Amino acid sequence: MSKVSKRFYLYFFLASTVVAGALSFYASSHPDGLEKVAEDTGFLDTAKDSAVSGSPLADYGISGLDNERLSVGLSGIIGIFVTALVAFAVFAIAKRFKSGAKN
Amino acid sequence: MFIPKLHIPDGFVSLPVSALFGLLSIAFVGLALKGAAKTLDDRTTPLAGLTAVFIFAAQMINFPVAAGTSGHLVGAALATVLVGPYSATLALTVVLGVQALLFADGGLSALGLNIFNLSVIAVWVSHFAIIGLRRVMPKTKSGVTISAAIAAYISVPLAALGFTIQYALGGTGTIPVETVGTAMIGTHLLIGIGEALITFMTVSAVIATRSDLVYGWKPTLEVRS
Repeated sequence: MSKVSKRFYLYFFLASTVVAGALSFYASSHPDGLEKVAEDTGFLDTAKDSAVSGSPLADYGISGLDNERLSVGLSGIIGIFVTALVAFAVFAIAKRFKSGAKN
Repeated sequence: MFIPKLHIPDGFVSLPVSALFGLLSIAFVGLALKGAAKTLDDRTTPLAGLTAVFIFAAQMINFPVAAGTSGHLVGAALATVLVGPYSATLALTVVLGVQALLFADGGLSALGLNIFNLSVIAVWVSHFAIIGLRRVMPKTKSGVTISAAIAAYISVPLAALGFTIQYALGGTGTIPVETVGTAMIGTHLLIGIGEALITFMTVSAVIATRSDLVYGWKPTLEVRS
């Protein structure tokens, strides 16, 4: 990989880190479109808790961490690292299908 | 301050219908795994991974759309123009999987519903919209960027239509489908504006610096195919 590409990818990753780690604190906490529609039309009560609602990262926070800025920011940074790991694994697998393809 | 839930929770749609969409999603993600190979090389594979990372980050930023309502990026058109529809399907699926399993956002039984609406409907609507728009847009970087932004706008209410269909087939609530559908599509016609703006800004930045990596900007693409 060329130096220029490395720098570009680094900036792309850093931008994501800033968005997930710092800007996320300023996100609107109003319900999103789906939740608002469910609330207004009256089927929000049919929602069930996720089986993993006890996850230490549930709802983009870190359980036990009271500082909200830190809690949401750190959970976002953990999120992008996990997403990066999983995504690079998936795309490495997808790329391999090329050598196994018929043509 | 907290990040609201972004995706369909468990319970909104019955288990059999959720399972049906789970199977459909597995089929489409399988096709995407095969199809993505054609577009993935040593240069574009890192961009595909980073697109997933950026979408995860950007989805955390809920923006206000109307009184008491927020919206957030889906990222389907953004991913489609950057890395092509197959890799876009995979990127969105990775994001939804991480959100559902780690952050309890989007139900586990609802994962197939969410993948179908965002990784399949929104991505392929974006893909065909971009192809159509590029025919009438100027063959410039701005033309590609504006095509992606318009595709982004269209993809959001159509993903909302996807939920409406799922609700019609297996909604557990007693609210009529027409009421839910009208509200869903109306709200998402507003949210689509934010989707279009974020897509426009991000694609502009990437295409200005590294147009050679952008799937939707390969002047040779149409010539070859």
